[in-house]
Amino acid sequence: MIRKALHAAVSLVLSGALALPLTAEEHISEILINEEIPITVRTEAPPYVEGLDEIMSGWLFRSEETQALQLDDFDNPSFVFVDQGMDLFNKVEGTAGKSCAACHQDLGEFAGLRASLPRVEDGKIVTMEDLINECRVERMGAEPWKWTSTQMTSVNALISMQSRGMPVNVKVDGEARPFWEKGKELYYTRFGQLDLACANCHENNYGNMIRADRLSQGQINGFPTYRLKNAKLNAVQARFKGCMKNIRAEPFKVGSEEFKALELYLASRGNGLSVEAPSVRN
Amino acid sequence: MTVGVKPRVKVPKSAAAGETITIKTLISHKMESGQRKDSDGNTIPRKIINRFTCDFNGQNVIDVKLEPAISTNPFFEFRAKVPESGEFTFTWYDDDGDIYTTSKKIKVA
Repeated sequence: MIRKALHAAVSLVLSGALALPLTAEEHISEILINEEIPITVRTEAPPYVEGLDEIMSGWLFRSEETQALQLDDFDNPSFVFVDQGMDLFNKVEGTAGKSCAACHQDLGEFAGLRASLPRVEDGKIVTMEDLINECRVERMGAEPWKWTSTQMTSVNALISMQSRGMPVNVKVDGEARPFWEKGKELYYTRFGQLDLACANCHENNYGNMIRADRLSQGQINGFPTYRLKNAKLNAVQARFKGCMKNIRAEPFKVGSEEFKALELYLASRGNGLSVEAPSVRN
Repeated sequence: MTVGVKPRVKVPKSAAAGETITIKTLISHKMESGQRKDSDGNTIPRKIINRFTCDFNGQNVIDVKLEPAISTNPFFEFRAKVPESGEFTFTWYDDDGDIYTTSKKIKVA
């Protein structure tokens, strides 16, 4: 009997320790990349996010080793792809005989773009992938890239990183409102055989373990993200697809209206965090 | 030259005489092991970086033999003592005979 009680006490202590989210990093709200770019990884949640008081970057939920990889661009494996993105950016393709760089000579002009995407233009949601393919098709006369292709994620990372350190600030009102509402509805809708909504894991259980992995808030400020599990850059909507497969649901198509609305809503939940792209996760 | 192979190195711009500095190098390379088969069942020939060297002012700092089990984009981090100003030369040797080099100068104050 005593032994049993002791057991119970021990397991209580153990489970208590495991359930504590973010022990080591508890106080961190800002990190420095390359010892010069400040990144806000924790801040007050926007007023329309009812389920959270504080928003946290996925960086906070990763192990020390993974966190360290993102703090220096030389250690960050994403930069192998950013280099490839640079080559693609300068590559002449299509019937117009132009490269991306023919029009966009100064990459610095993209500062702030990633922070404001997705946005709504003329009644349509526009993501970074849409913008890149629009340029390729309409101005270069080239074939569009697949959304999750290495070319797309590499150039996306190159353009996104021009906004690194800037606060995410997507519009949620005006024209964007109906799309935002749709994204919000999707976020709280249960899907699949496991009958789970995004919120069940990423709002109600962040910081807890899901099998061997620690749940984050599902913030998307770091995409495209280099993942150690597949050693490549990952598009945000490819991640959505992965999540939906995990809950044994039939995923929406990458580039679908549903995923675009969800991307807009999720981006808005991170308004106030910094653009971290290209980030490193496990 | 194979496309997509790009060496990158990180060396401090300056150091004190006799100081030990940390050097990081990475080369983007497939490191095809020679063990894999393509969709038709034919073996994909081995193509790896088989040797990596670093020299400082003509003197060898490190000379590494690489084997097929080393993963894609090999990364090396090592330390070197810098007695004087000079230049680090980095060389990667590919199975197909290609040689990739890059160099970085360092100033000793």
